[in-house]
Amino acid sequence: MAIITNEMVPTIVQGMSGRIAQFHAADMIRYGTNLVGGVTPGKGGDTILDRPMFDTVREAVEATGAKASLVFVPPPFAADAIMEAADSGIEVAVCVTDGIPAQDMMRVKRYLRRYKADRRMRLIGPNCAGVISPGRSFMGIMPPHIFAQGSVGIVGRSGTLGYEAASQLQSLGYGVSTSVGIGGDPINGSSFKDILELFENDPETEVVMMIGEIGGPQEAEAAKFAREHMTKPVCAYVAGLAAPKGRKMGHAGAIVSAFGESAAEKVEILEDCGIRVAPNPSSMGQTIASMMAS
Amino acid sequence: MDIHEYQAKEILSGFGVPVPMGGIAYSPEQAGYRAREIGGDKWVVKAQIHSGGRGEAGGVRVCSTDDELYDAAKSMLGKVLFTRQTGDRGKLCTRLYVEEASDIAREIYLGLVLDRETERIMVVASAEGGMEIEELSQEKPESIIRFTIDPAAGLQDFQARELGFKLGFGAELIGKAQRILRGAYRAFRDLDATMVEINPLVVTKSGDLVALDAKMSFDDNALFRRPSITELRDKSQEDRRETYAEDRGLAYVGLDGDIGCLINGAGLAMATLDMIKLSGGEPANFLDIGGAASPDRVLQAFKAVLMDKNVKVVLVNIFAGINRCDWVAEGVVAAFRELGLDLPVVVRLSGTNVDEGRRIIAESGLPIITAETLAEAAERAVAARPV
Repeated sequence: MAIITNEMVPTIVQGMSGRIAQFHAADMIRYGTNLVGGVTPGKGGDTILDRPMFDTVREAVEATGAKASLVFVPPPFAADAIMEAADSGIEVAVCVTDGIPAQDMMRVKRYLRRYKADRRMRLIGPNCAGVISPGRSFMGIMPPHIFAQGSVGIVGRSGTLGYEAASQLQSLGYGVSTSVGIGGDPINGSSFKDILELFENDPETEVVMMIGEIGGPQEAEAAKFAREHMTKPVCAYVAGLAAPKGRKMGHAGAIVSAFGESAAEKVEILEDCGIRVAPNPSSMGQTIASMMAS
Repeated sequence: MDIHEYQAKEILSGFGVPVPMGGIAYSPEQAGYRAREIGGDKWVVKAQIHSGGRGEAGGVRVCSTDDELYDAAKSMLGKVLFTRQTGDRGKLCTRLYVEEASDIAREIYLGLVLDRETERIMVVASAEGGMEIEELSQEKPESIIRFTIDPAAGLQDFQARELGFKLGFGAELIGKAQRILRGAYRAFRDLDATMVEINPLVVTKSGDLVALDAKMSFDDNALFRRPSITELRDKSQEDRRETYAEDRGLAYVGLDGDIGCLINGAGLAMATLDMIKLSGGEPANFLDIGGAASPDRVLQAFKAVLMDKNVKVVLVNIFAGINRCDWVAEGVVAAFRELGLDLPVVVRLSGTNVDEGRRIIAESGLPIITAETLAEAAERAVAARPV
């Protein structure tokens, strides 16, 4: 099963004519992603990577039956591209774009609520590395070879820290069911809680590793969800213990601006909810391994 | 991005928010001219620095004579002011705002922020103005009024009316309060702000509402479409190291330790700083080189890290996805050659093209300390510090 993406899901790339988008699209095809086409306004009728290009998402959906879209569109136009996907019947969009204005994302989130829950598009990101179901398919920019197939679900804000966790797991002989990057922006499509819910219902996932960081309320919300609604064990790490208050640490959302948003406070909230927290970023793999063994 | 009080007031005034009459001064003499232009017999001289708590730091003075104006201005201009928000480095004051003094009857707190939980613009207000919001939420949390604005429909008049009555305004002030809130909201929305704070918003003895102090911050991600805001940037208020890095497109935050850091990805960068601390060291900076970093970009990042003279060791930690280890390795080698590095450099490479990257480092013949894992990299960087 895995979650969000697998080798069956017909997938398109919005902005596929771009150089970097093509590089990663080619990587996705090699890995096994069912990439059926691309969208760039004005490039309809062209062929890129042996896949048909379309001017609009709607045309791509009608012609290919696409259900998922990887949004690789520059920041000024990304919000519009996400809304286009939502309106064209795409079920899940993954947006890797970094630098989308926060108020654009506010509008996107409001826009998605126009659709009834059963046909509302799920958005992952923006400003994320993407989603990978190892051995099957991926949508994003991650180096797929560091992810071994297995039963640990990973969800994190940071791409590179997700790689770090996956490679620690691989060196200990454990693999990943799906790894999801929810992105480093203050307003994002899916929260930690949204992804925990998917992992809880995924038969292939046994344990979940949640990689949080300073800023925002989502780790605390997820901790409460895990305590009240999850049967599967969750382990966590929170980056930014050394981060000064009020400073933005790279990610637009990684800033402590309210109570409960520092790493130390989040660790406390997580532990209060019975979640095991890895003491340092080098021990994420070991912490999971010890939970799997017991 | 932050701006000065006088800039925020000019913006808000353009959106219909009443502000006291005032003018900018770059010298003590100019402060006197501004006061005469404004008229009256009492003025306030305010240091323009990007920080709250200026009053306690000697950055706000009430004056009623030319001599007082001159002395007040002289005591602030060209000085570094230390407030509880500036930390040890302080902020340099290069300009003053001279303003007519107001007769204050009541002080209100009014703020608008981007609320991450509701994903909307949130209005935060309190009848207990003049205090910082952090103090208010600790000492008088019950006084804080909060509500959010629907992004599709915008601010409604009833919301402003409700707020006005909750703050204890009489009917004669409700219309004025509505205008101020509407103006602040429109400024926030139309200019991609992330924060607007009017603290205090004062009720004057003559029954007017005036924004006595104002602060605005803007979304860095939206500056591409706000050239009029970008122009307001004042580099004298930024950490020199950060300005240098930011002008080169690098995300950098200056810290106080001696281990310079050069990392890809914000999460891994934060985690590496944590690991350095846990290993007994202190990081000198946060730096994310970003994605698809070319060898030249890595070289630029080295320059940014080495601008900090406290740096005794450099730690490069790369887990390449969209990046390439071979490019990073070429950048490290170029940094050694072009910058004549004479301090220990620890390099940990992982991910895309890692074998090629490690080969470049090994064959360079340079005294680079390598590490396989994150923990090893942090430990070796801490151990490499000269005693």
